[in-house]
Amino acid sequence: MTTGEATKTRSAAVIDGIKSSTWSSRIAVALTAFLLVMLLVRAVQEPALFTSQLLIGLTNGAILSLIALGYTLVYGIIELINFAHGDNFMIGSFVGLTVLSGTIFGLGLFAPITINSGAPLRILGVLIALFVAMAACGLLNVGIERVAYKPLRNAPRLAVLITAIGMSFILQNVGLVWKGPIQVPFPELISSANILPSDAIIFRWKDLFVVLVTVPLLVALSYFIGSTKQGKAMRAVAQDKDAAAMVGINVNRTISITFLLGGILAGASGVMYGLFNGITIFNVGFTQGLYAFTAAVLGGIGNLTGAVVGGLLIGVISAMSDQYIGTSWTPIVIFSVLILVLVFRPRGLLGDRSAVQGGGE
Amino acid sequence: MSGLRRVISLVVLGMVAALVAGCGGGGDQGGGGSGGGQTVKIVSDLPLQGANRFQSTTMVNAIEMAIDERNGKAGNVNIEYESQDNATAQAGQWDEAKCAENAQTAAQDEEIVGWIGPFNSGCAVVEIPILNEAGLGMISPANTYIGLTKPGGEPDEPEKYYPTGERNYTRVIVADDEQGQAGALLMEEEGVESVYILDDKETYGKGLADQVQQSADELGIQVIGREGVDTTAANFRSVMNKIAREDPDAIYFGGIIENNAAQLVKDKLGAGMSNDDVLFIGPDGIFLDEFLSQGGEAAEGAYITFGGLPESELSDKGQQFVQEYESRYDDEVQPYTAYAYEAANVMLDAIERASKKGEVTRETVLKEIFATEDYSGVLGTWSFDEDGDTTLTELSVQRVENGEFEYQRTIDAGEM
Repeated sequence: MTTGEATKTRSAAVIDGIKSSTWSSRIAVALTAFLLVMLLVRAVQEPALFTSQLLIGLTNGAILSLIALGYTLVYGIIELINFAHGDNFMIGSFVGLTVLSGTIFGLGLFAPITINSGAPLRILGVLIALFVAMAACGLLNVGIERVAYKPLRNAPRLAVLITAIGMSFILQNVGLVWKGPIQVPFPELISSANILPSDAIIFRWKDLFVVLVTVPLLVALSYFIGSTKQGKAMRAVAQDKDAAAMVGINVNRTISITFLLGGILAGASGVMYGLFNGITIFNVGFTQGLYAFTAAVLGGIGNLTGAVVGGLLIGVISAMSDQYIGTSWTPIVIFSVLILVLVFRPRGLLGDRSAVQGGGE
Repeated sequence: MSGLRRVISLVVLGMVAALVAGCGGGGDQGGGGSGGGQTVKIVSDLPLQGANRFQSTTMVNAIEMAIDERNGKAGNVNIEYESQDNATAQAGQWDEAKCAENAQTAAQDEEIVGWIGPFNSGCAVVEIPILNEAGLGMISPANTYIGLTKPGGEPDEPEKYYPTGERNYTRVIVADDEQGQAGALLMEEEGVESVYILDDKETYGKGLADQVQQSADELGIQVIGREGVDTTAANFRSVMNKIAREDPDAIYFGGIIENNAAQLVKDKLGAGMSNDDVLFIGPDGIFLDEFLSQGGEAAEGAYITFGGLPESELSDKGQQFVQEYESRYDDEVQPYTAYAYEAANVMLDAIERASKKGEVTRETVLKEIFATEDYSGVLGTWSFDEDGDTTLTELSVQRVENGEFEYQRTIDAGEM
């Protein structure tokens, strides 16, 4: 009896919700449902193809997610869109490449690690490249904050935005001088062979590598923010800088640590991008940064879960669009989705700043 | 007080301006009158930054060499040469704004009577109309896009590039209608029955892919799909995965190396399509050593068509040029080096003929460029037709073997 009543009130609430909704949101729901059904039909028709594309989308999206996290972390804490972040990611891939080449600052430390090196050496090389790039990019990001953003902390927000764009140009030109204005190849250290026995679904060692790097980083990041004292301080600063300072939190140090975290993620994703795609270029930070920033906005900028969801979503959308619509339309599809989401949910899919500020919209 | 000062400075400024103008006028008269000691200028316009910079540098060297061989003179006219760069570091390749800027600057400089370049067809699209208004004759060593000189591209081509109605553009390389035919012919010879065609959405790449598609249709090769790829994407895995499902015998890519062609080949292999099972065919836009170094193992077995001949297949004069170039610069020639040399020599001959007939002006040089007939140079014996295209029809096919481009065979598109 009671359950029946509960269902009744719930269904009544749903009907009320539908009645009170606007026509535009009804159309949006119908459109989303239509697209999902279309995809589902395709998935049932050719499950192997659909799964392959889904996996491609998810791995591409995972790399985007890591970059997007850097944008969102910084935005969550000082409400700055750190345009230099994408270029920091590019520097990360260059640092990784230099480490793998064995020649650092003109000093030949060890022989280049290439496809012909033994498996243990290759694994070691990848790990060292990852750690060096993470350290370098983390410190670089902290340095950028000290030099270009900290002096402007109380200036109008537009001023900091401009210095961020300036830093982006500086880094891009550093990359340009460093590796030249052409695509540079990465050594193929990770096998492109399929792990799965059948040829129908492709999941390569490279894809596994992306998962093995991304997941631990995400877990560590959420542990750090959710369960450590420093993480608590970050959330406090994100909520209210002045109040946080009043209760004795070192705001400057907390902001520096946020930039450090963002840089570490940029370094990791830079090396991963290079090893995964096999090619990097000085302006990769711009093109990939644009998509990553889009991912952060899509998920709700400032929201860590949102950045991951946004990144994965953009990866999957572009893979599906490549398959079912046509690759020439992919950028249009991605940005149409962004516009649609922002029209109906101006604060992004999961709402802005909620996770850093302690949950809830 | 300050008012007086302003008046004085204005007067001084006016006097200086008048003086400069007077000098300029005098200089012009001197140049025109002296005849024998006349100095004219030619410029080249190539992308000197980005993936193409090695090749462009050899092309500039070849032009300098052609001028030096004549002791800096064409007939009795002194030649000044300036190498312009139409690439920007930011773009990492040719840049539309830079192309337009270079053309505008040259159009203003009356001393310039000849233009060698550009390298990229997309750049030519911007430059031809500007230089057409200025009446400056152009010889391109490398543009292959068909619509620049003849119908076959967009509906209003080529007329829209020539606002004055007079032609001013020529090229010493075989155009893409023939390179497209060569690509399709190659597929036929290799027993390809179905092909998937991709392009980079640029003037050159898309135009060429159109030509290939047309020729493939004519030869009865099934075109399974045709797409323009997003060159800003991190990789092309989902596109390649889709293509793998269609199971074509070949993939054709119309585009340039700067638009991530090496990534495309890598992802093609990653999707399980080896270059032996599914042929990869690309045009002269990826006929660069960069393609080999970036593609690595993945480039092995790829076919490249080229709207000309590699240095090993050139005429005797061509062989002589290659030897002289390599001993002079201690550097290997690139596919387009000989074409730049030929373009420079055609230009210098045109200036020489113009000087023998009278005054060397843009108009007379342009007339003489189009009058080039039965020219015997490093590329063979050829003429310009009324569209400004070469009468040569031979193209070559190379394949990547052991990390190098190996010449495979010559295809004569004129016989089709």
